[in-house]
Amino acid sequence: MATESDDTATRGPLGRLTAALHGPNTMGNSRRFWYLFGVAVLLFVFFPLYMLPSSVTNMSQYLSLALLALSLAVVWGYTGVLSFGQVAFFGVAGYTYGIVAINVTGPLGTMAGLVVAVGIAALFAAVLGYFMFYGGVSDVYVTILTLVVVLVLKTFLDQTAGDEWTIGEAALGGFNGMPGIPDLALGIGEPFLVFDDFTLFYAALLAVLLTYLGLRVLLNSDYGRVMVAVREDEDRTEMLGYDVKRVKLTVFTFGGALAGLSGVLYVTYFNYISPSELSLTAASLPVIWVAVGGRKTLLGPIVATIFIERLGLFLSVNVGDWAFVINGLLLLVIVLLLPEGLVPGFRDLVSWLGDRRSEGETDDTAEPTGEVVE
Amino acid sequence: MSDATEGMDPAVKQTSAELATGVDTDTILQTDGLTKRFGGLTAIDDVDFGVEAGELRCLIGPNGAGKSTLLNLITGALSPSEGAVYFKGHEITGLDPHERIRHGLSIKFQVPSVYEDLTVRENVRLPIQRLASGTERDERMADALAASGLADKADIEASALSHGEQQQLEIGMAASLDPDLLLLDEPVAGLSVDEREEIADRITQLNEERSIAFVVIEHDTDFVADIADHITVLHQGETFREGSIEEIEADPEVQRIYLGGETDA
Repeated sequence: MATESDDTATRGPLGRLTAALHGPNTMGNSRRFWYLFGVAVLLFVFFPLYMLPSSVTNMSQYLSLALLALSLAVVWGYTGVLSFGQVAFFGVAGYTYGIVAINVTGPLGTMAGLVVAVGIAALFAAVLGYFMFYGGVSDVYVTILTLVVVLVLKTFLDQTAGDEWTIGEAALGGFNGMPGIPDLALGIGEPFLVFDDFTLFYAALLAVLLTYLGLRVLLNSDYGRVMVAVREDEDRTEMLGYDVKRVKLTVFTFGGALAGLSGVLYVTYFNYISPSELSLTAASLPVIWVAVGGRKTLLGPIVATIFIERLGLFLSVNVGDWAFVINGLLLLVIVLLLPEGLVPGFRDLVSWLGDRRSEGETDDTAEPTGEVVE
Repeated sequence: MSDATEGMDPAVKQTSAELATGVDTDTILQTDGLTKRFGGLTAIDDVDFGVEAGELRCLIGPNGAGKSTLLNLITGALSPSEGAVYFKGHEITGLDPHERIRHGLSIKFQVPSVYEDLTVRENVRLPIQRLASGTERDERMADALAASGLADKADIEASALSHGEQQQLEIGMAASLDPDLLLLDEPVAGLSVDEREEIADRITQLNEERSIAFVVIEHDTDFVADIADHITVLHQGETFREGSIEEIEADPEVQRIYLGGETDA
């Protein structure tokens, strides 16, 4: 740790990659963590072998939403900008993908739709972010403003039932939404790979995995450290010569793109999008996922998204209307008992158990107990 | 300022003082008719404040005299109502704070502003990673840690440091930007006598060995007498007196405003 650059100089490319994945800003820097991580990835890879098909397709929905959670983890958890607007970028990308993919038939249309949708979401975030951060909007006002943007967008989309809101072949459809959105597909002319059911599951899994690893590298880089510095103390960071507004704008734009990717995967799962994805409830869900999972982590939001969404489904099947109440109470209890979130809470539990064990048997634990997580 | 590095004893102070009041040094910072109004209150009123390269200037004055406001106008944390700020011959009035920092300004805030949840090493890394990479970065981080007296505490969180250590850490971070001018807002407030001496040594060392010019806001007159080449007294937003420590101490008017308004120890 003391001589980071010496390490990277003497290691090969693999060593450099390993070094890039580790740092003070992400959990799980030990060998044991990566073993467990590998096991978890394998469990996901073979998920279709031991689960019902419906569970697999549900899981691809949760994995798509995990990207939305990650977008907020970066913007809020690591840069300190609490945005309720991630679903706006998610929704705009979903609608954009639908419009492009419905109008341009074939796999090229869906691939173009993906690129355009993510680009529009990023552009939307960049414009909104520019006016907020360079206009001196900060802290809680960013939160309020982003929420207002979501609700304005939803109100607008609710009004788009008329024929004048048909773009080419694609009707926005007002509060009924836009049906018939094609699956993502690869190929020219004839598709050679269509992402539906199991293939969509693997696409979403790959997207989450690559995003997670990519974000680990980003957050432990010099730039990631500046993001954390902005979260911790904007004035101090500005007075160290960093352009705080630009950092916030860049991260917010990136978060918009990631939320957009999530939106595209999500609408290809349902082949449908409606303004309810931009409701107040929908806007608050990413905040809940990130807060419950642990906002200063990347794994936390992923785990919490899957857990909360799966639990919601389970409860609504078994207890019907009580699902929201029970789910809400449970989340409240978690946030109150574990203010840092589920995943950091679990980490602390593991290291506490490790401490207890090493107190009991003095030898046999040469490894420092904190090694489990740091 | 090369003369100043010759001596390592109190005689040095005299040397720097002579240099500061001498002729051939360059003006590094100059404000021109700087004015800041907050509603009906004029916190800074038409101030022309100049600092020479390599000088160690203290800025004193009763509470509410406008000292911190003047510093904030220099760093760009506040925009002036009127007037201009020149730094190293360029007007910087319209620049963002981070741009001024990149021109060679640096500041230690009044309340120690270190990143409390980060380790001391990560704190020290932030200013340095922008300027250096590879082994040079490691060396500079090690130097900064050693100079702040925190080498053995590098891996603990900054929140666990004492108040004095946090002051040292923040001065170390501000100094590791390689500034030409370092602004310190009350660097020894709330510190013990020993800690004050350490900070005083640190400041004179940075001033002499690295030719960093300083503007230090401080209430403690012993501390000011210990380090300053030259003193500016601010009173009710205006430059009240400027001169050497002897001149300022002997000035009955300064005594009057201080005894009238000063309550800080």
